[in-house]
Amino acid sequence: MHWETIHKDTAPVVPPRLSDYEGARSAFTWSQARGALAGLPGGGLNMAHEAVDRHAALDHGEKVALSCVARDDSVSTVTYAELARRTARFANVLRSLGVGRGDRVFTLLGRCPELYTTVLGTLKNTSVLCPLFSAFGPDPVEQRLRLGDAQVLVTTAALYRRKVAERRTSVPGLKHVLIVGPGAEGLPDTASFDDLMSAAPDTFTIPPTSPEDMALLHFTSGTTGTPKGAVHVHEAVVAHHATAASALDLRPEDVYWCTADPGWVTGMSYGIIAPLVHGVTLVVDEGDYDARRWYRILGEQRVTVWYTAPTALRMLMRATPREGPYDLPRAFDLSALRFVASVGEPLNPEAVVWGRDVLGLPVHDNWWQTETGCIMIANFAACDIRPGSMGRPLPGVDATVLERGEDGRARVVDGKVTEVESPGVEGELALRTGWPSMFRGYLHDKERYDAAFADGWYLTGDLVRRDGDGWYWFVGRADDVIKSAGHLIGPFEVESALMEHPAVAEAGVIGRPDPVAGNVVKAFVSLRPGVDPTPDLERELLAFGRRKLGPAVAPREIAFDQKLPKTRSGKVMRRVLRARELGLPTGDLSTLEGSE
Amino acid sequence: MNPSDALDMVRESISAVVPDADLASLGPDDAFREALEMDSLDFLSFVEVLAERSGVRIEDEDTSRLTTLSASADFLVARTR
Repeated sequence: MHWETIHKDTAPVVPPRLSDYEGARSAFTWSQARGALAGLPGGGLNMAHEAVDRHAALDHGEKVALSCVARDDSVSTVTYAELARRTARFANVLRSLGVGRGDRVFTLLGRCPELYTTVLGTLKNTSVLCPLFSAFGPDPVEQRLRLGDAQVLVTTAALYRRKVAERRTSVPGLKHVLIVGPGAEGLPDTASFDDLMSAAPDTFTIPPTSPEDMALLHFTSGTTGTPKGAVHVHEAVVAHHATAASALDLRPEDVYWCTADPGWVTGMSYGIIAPLVHGVTLVVDEGDYDARRWYRILGEQRVTVWYTAPTALRMLMRATPREGPYDLPRAFDLSALRFVASVGEPLNPEAVVWGRDVLGLPVHDNWWQTETGCIMIANFAACDIRPGSMGRPLPGVDATVLERGEDGRARVVDGKVTEVESPGVEGELALRTGWPSMFRGYLHDKERYDAAFADGWYLTGDLVRRDGDGWYWFVGRADDVIKSAGHLIGPFEVESALMEHPAVAEAGVIGRPDPVAGNVVKAFVSLRPGVDPTPDLERELLAFGRRKLGPAVAPREIAFDQKLPKTRSGKVMRRVLRARELGLPTGDLSTLEGSE
Repeated sequence: MNPSDALDMVRESISAVVPDADLASLGPDDAFREALEMDSLDFLSFVEVLAERSGVRIEDEDTSRLTTLSASADFLVARTR
């Protein structure tokens, strides 16, 4: 089906910050973008100074930084000045615990005010913050704590008891567990976050910070092996700031709501850092998705810029279809809303148009990854939208499409790649290296980091095509990584967990297309001799997966298959499983696999 | 539907989505979505299973009532009266 281009108002009430795309691209330099930030008083660059202290020091310290909506719908606010004091206290807490520069502080928290205190206080102390997703099960949590050399974990009593307590001895480097809210007294080897905070002074001088000092660690999943810890440095804030202006049209007077969980990179780069650097008021919703709740928050909080995800939009589309009735959205005053953007997986054209008709604004899809640290390709406020396209590269971003080799990835011959010149031809999306928020390494894994680059390009692993006018269109992944509800899931991690069950001989895990989540995790399982494939066993394996991996990663569907397709070397061929699932021919795909 | 059947159906529908749900330790007035770590996709599946098994049409407007076992059972009883 062909979707017509959505044209923009030529004279909008609020002129977009990026009004002339080509002009902005040719005029942009990263050094100019760097100049838009304050920098530390004594030189250097620190994310938390840009996000908090700078505002508190100016005359807008009393401006609301966080507008927190609790589960019970009550609203509390935190000003920039108060956030500066709280983050200073937390930095002092870390210092008093002997946690210093480069030491890793992990969070396993929902969207509570303490999350913001922890993240920004850690950055002030020049320690490194690594957020975990609270819907991870004990396995992914333990693995990331170990791989990331966690010294401090900030979490709640319930999450600690459920996901960490039993595994504590497996993470010997974890010295301090700080419990937010009640319950620390009943848990051995933990301390109360509140007690430590109230004993700490509320002023703190940020130590000298180099733009290249490590600031954030984000785990992401690959096709094989353990999760990869993508390292980001303080200089990334330059890109957070510049791209939030160009791709999200963010400005200081905005009320901004990012629905992404803080356990993922979007929830960090655009859920905490970028908006605070712009000095906006940030809406923080502690509750779960619910259509009425979300419309109410958009209306009552007078949200002007909204950054959400395709899965959430598709759930809203089910609740309030484009055909109407419009009772629910119209029950709230959405007139403050100016810009809506989406990220996490390709946004289907229906969702773009749904936004126009139901919210009164089309949804602007954009594209980036954990490794890129900031938005790289986007649909812009001032520009036409081609529904289904991820848009065009941002100012400062040089993107291309590379010809692929036999393994499906960009073909590299003698260190050289080949760019696709003709429009509409599929290839691997690649980005010219050197933007400020580019990841600086996979922690403890130089080999995998080096393999992500060729000929001066970062190879994204995403397949795209570029049309004749320069708009990019997502095609799929070049590898077996699964995108479910906007999150990357490594099939290997799921397969390894399932194979720990005594009934399972082998497992192959793929993404099965799903109208809401994009893909859901489906596992094909072969059983050990003498074990029967019964409905009870199916339920047991689903339960086993959830207990170990948590709802974010666990398979939602199990199929028994005693003849899993394998390569000559004995590896389960996920591509063939995927082709079978989709009813596609498997023959030509299997030759690809045979080259492994 | 009588209250006891309704409660059974709610429990079964949760189990269908969250096979490891510890329903024994879940109180009738506990917020089960949080207690059982159901994410939004789980909850959506739960609503679909419950609608299919009970034959009750569940609008999005209704889902905010499906927070606890007893509230969900009450909802089914009221809708099948």
